[in-house]
Order: sequence, then structure tokens, then C-alpha cells
Amino acid sequence: MVRLPLVLLFSAVLFSAGVYGVLARRNAVMVLMAIELMLNAVNVNLVAFATALRDVVGQVFALFVIAVAAAEVGIGLAIVILLYRTRESINVDEVNLLRW
Amino acid sequence: MSADQLVFWIFAPIAVAGAIGMLLSRNAVHAALFLVVNLFCIAVMYLLLEAPFLFAVQIIVYAGAIMVLFLFVIMLLGVDRGDDLREPLIGQRPLAVILAAAFVVEIAVAVRAGIGFATMAPEGFDAVNRDGNARALARVLFREYFLPFEVTSLLLIVAAVAAMVLAHRRARAVTQAELERLGLLEPPREEAPSP
Repeated sequence: MVRLPLVLLFSAVLFSAGVYGVLARRNAVMVLMAIELMLNAVNVNLVAFATALRDVVGQVFALFVIAVAAAEVGIGLAIVILLYRTRESINVDEVNLLRW
Repeated sequence: MSADQLVFWIFAPIAVAGAIGMLLSRNAVHAALFLVVNLFCIAVMYLLLEAPFLFAVQIIVYAGAIMVLFLFVIMLLGVDRGDDLREPLIGQRPLAVILAAAFVVEIAVAVRAGIGFATMAPEGFDAVNRDGNARALARVLFREYFLPFEVTSLLLIVAAVAAMVLAHRRARAVTQAELERLGLLEPPREEAPSP
């Protein structure tokens, strides 16, 4: 059995990497991938606590997170395609129509 | 060192390396492949944490469905677009260092709280998982969380329809003035008087 702090630390590192990706990358597809990374880190936390607390509910919630992530990716990539059609670019810095 | 810890120490560095490789690669296809490596390692972590059903779901949904969607969109939009990592804002770097330090402290506090929180384990996991992880999950999912389950299925349907509607190429209504400007339509002429 792996000790819980180790798993929490692992998922914290993955989450931080995802935060960096969302903030630093300009390609909209890369931003979506970084969001996936963050959702996966949260899932690792949920499953780790499910094991530590001896309660399977954490795994059920991880399942919900996976389903919602699938929906989010579908919508997000549709928006990216729409963005490319109207702007000829998927650089998020150039998308400023709703800025102020 | 037990077998579990050995597996953890093999796959955790690979997962972190995959995440960092994803962040640093310019090419979007390379980034997607690094993300696949990371997702597989996380699936192994689920196996390690006594969640074999989630292991299968992770591989089928993430590596199977979501990554194919990502690669499809990357191929559709063209792969030759490099992403530059320079920052245009002035004074961003020192502020980023301060805020990153604050973020690290926050994460450390959260991990610390999590360790204290998880020391109360009421019952054995083997009793919960007694006839298979999938059956234990289904028991909780369909008895206690049935309404959230249905709401999630509704969300998936709405998301699928919305994705179709968003990405559908609509035929725009063309006005008569535009057709005239393009020379596709003759301007209306007066009727020639009949003899």
C-alpha cells in the first residue's frame, strides 16, 4: 500500500503542471489538454482518498468527473473549430471580442 | 520496499515527465502523445489504489475517446503552428514568482490537511469490494447517486447536440443585394411593352 501523502504530492505536482499549461500556452488545444491534466490530478486525489477512507464513493465521484470531462472536451473542441473558422487562428491571445 | 511502492516509484516519475514534456513541446501532436503517456501512468495509479474499474474506464475514455478527439482536431487545424512561450507583459516574472510561492504554500497546507483527515478509516476496503470493484461501484452509483447519474447522462446528450450545432457549417441567408453585387443575379428590368 502506497502511503497517502506520496499520492497527494504526486497529484499536486500534476495539478501544478496543468495550471502552468493553462496560464502559459497560447494554443487553445494545448489549453484544453492542460485542463485535462488538472482534472486527472483531481481524480487521482479522489481515488486516493477513497482508498484511505475505505469508502467507494470517491471512485463514483471520479467516474462523474470523467464523464463531465468528456462533455467538456466535446464542447471545447467544437468551440476551437468555430474559432478557427471565424478567426483563422486558435491563439487565445487574439480572441478579444468579449474582452472588456 | 513492497511491490506497490516499486510500481509507484516507476510510474509516478514517468507520469510527471509526460506532463512536463506536454507543457514544453512546441508541436501539438507531440504534446498530445505525451499526454497519452501521462494518462496511461495515471491509469496504473488507479490500479495501485485498488480501483480496477476506473483503470479500465480511464484507458477507454481518455486514451481511447478523448485523445482521438484531440488528435483529430489537431490534424484538422494543421500541425505546423508553433506556439511561442515568450511573455509580452512587463513585470510578469517577479509577480509570477511570488504567486507561485503562495500557490506552493497553499498546496502544502492542503496536502498536510489531507493527511490528518484521512487517518480515520471506518471499515475494511475488502468488505466494501467483496464481490468485485465494478459491482461495489454499481451498488453505490445506482442506489445513492442515481439522480446525479441521470443528470450526467442528460449533460452528455446536451453536450453532444451542442457540439454538433456549434461545429455545423450553417448556410448563411444570402440577400438579393449581395447576389447583385456579385453579378450572380440580373438587376430587375422593366417589362418591355408588348406591341
